[in-house]
Amino acid sequence: MSQEVILRVEELTKLYGARVGCRNVSFELCGAEVLAVVGESGSGKSTLLNCLSGQLPPSGGSLSYRGANGHWRDVLALSEPERRLLSRTEWAFVHQDPRDGLRMTVSAGGNVGERMMAVGARHYGTIRSTAADWLRQVEIPQDRLDDRPTAFSGGMRQRLQIARALATNPRLVFMDEPTGGLDVSVQARLLDLIRTLVNQFELSVILVTHDLAVARLLAHRMMVMKDGHVVESGLTDQVLDDPQHPYSQLLVSSILQT
Amino acid sequence: MSMDQGPRNDRPPLIEVEGLGKTFTLYNQNDAVIPVMQNASLRVAAGEAVALTGESGAGKSSLMRMLYGNYRAQTGSIRIRHREHWGDVASAEPHAILDLRRETLGYVSQFLRVIPRVSTLDVVSEPLVRLGVEPTAAQEKARELLTRLRIPQTLWPLSPLTFSGGEQQRVNIARGFAHRFPCLLLDEPTASLDKLNRETVLDMIEEAKADGVAVIGIFHDAEARRRVCDREIDVSSFAVGRTAA
Repeated sequence: MSQEVILRVEELTKLYGARVGCRNVSFELCGAEVLAVVGESGSGKSTLLNCLSGQLPPSGGSLSYRGANGHWRDVLALSEPERRLLSRTEWAFVHQDPRDGLRMTVSAGGNVGERMMAVGARHYGTIRSTAADWLRQVEIPQDRLDDRPTAFSGGMRQRLQIARALATNPRLVFMDEPTGGLDVSVQARLLDLIRTLVNQFELSVILVTHDLAVARLLAHRMMVMKDGHVVESGLTDQVLDDPQHPYSQLLVSSILQT
Repeated sequence: MSMDQGPRNDRPPLIEVEGLGKTFTLYNQNDAVIPVMQNASLRVAAGEAVALTGESGAGKSSLMRMLYGNYRAQTGSIRIRHREHWGDVASAEPHAILDLRRETLGYVSQFLRVIPRVSTLDVVSEPLVRLGVEPTAAQEKARELLTRLRIPQTLWPLSPLTFSGGEQQRVNIARGFAHRFPCLLLDEPTASLDKLNRETVLDMIEEAKADGVAVIGIFHDAEARRRVCDREIDVSSFAVGRTAA
């Protein structure tokens, strides 16, 4: 992890009418840092992730990102095309349901290639060989390159989604329950893969999960959310082993083992 | 071995704990307040090993966890010599604690926590890889340690989660000794080992001391404690209600 801050979030708030999605969330994220956001359903963690990744306009607050070129940008002031370009190049999003991040009617190789073409790759041979490389990175057999994701298992689809997300070499990846809904054995493989890729490419990750064991294994730091507010944040193992806030204590004691 | 509080003064101190206090407040159990310790102070010099002693429940493991930043201290400071300056675990930001843990402060706990699919060789070499050591060199070091700790080579490609308690503990020790941490915390490192492996681990601790490592350990095994530790600190002297020693 570098000590260099790449994302600065101040007082970020999202209201749905009178209802609070998330309120006054502030934090900084460093280069190559993995931050887990945990909390129960309805705690606001997905709302927060969607606001941070530009998929939902916040009601208030500020969000700045330091690009690969070293310049700070006010993310909320970006035009729609600028925001879309950012989320195709330096940012990426991994959805819980791979169907939200993949094109199910396009081949596995095409899914990865399409993301590369969106940032200007044109040479067919290069695209195809790079796509094949990415499938290898996520342990999808080469002979599945031309198959559609509809023919893939849940775990393989999720690995394909990760390959597609990483194909443009993003620096910041948003992940929404990336191991949710998978069998435990498939989860373990995916966790190992995500951790390897995060280290190898020095990715900064904001990971939303309700699974505290996933947070423990992947995240450097974690934030606990309840009713739209961050109630506690700190070093992952410290928050899990010595939670200070009543709700964090309840959350940690409610699970059998992390 | 003596009971005095000060480190040998011919070596520079690497760990300085001052006025450390800890209380657990359990909000979901009728707001129970459990005082753990107050005014805990200790210093450990380079090349010195200090044993934490005291009854079960006196707070030995809690103190160890505070030193590693795993438990939060309410008062006091935990200064660790880190590169050319001092870091305070009790007040440092998470990234600074991670930085300390990566390079300076090692911890061999009683539990092995790893991702299920990762091989033993990778588990042991990981601390070196994280420091930027070439993976082949890191694996070479891991092989050397696993061999020394008598983990059969046939087990190296497997996840240690399927191993016996004693094997897991040796994998944990190999991982803790892969990088030469200047400060090392050992929680019952010989607890479930046979005689031969126990001797090996004690040898490894002595070698670390000879290299100038500052060691704090919990050893129920009195003989092991006498062999490797220069001093004992009775954690029950930090119990709440007592005046600090």
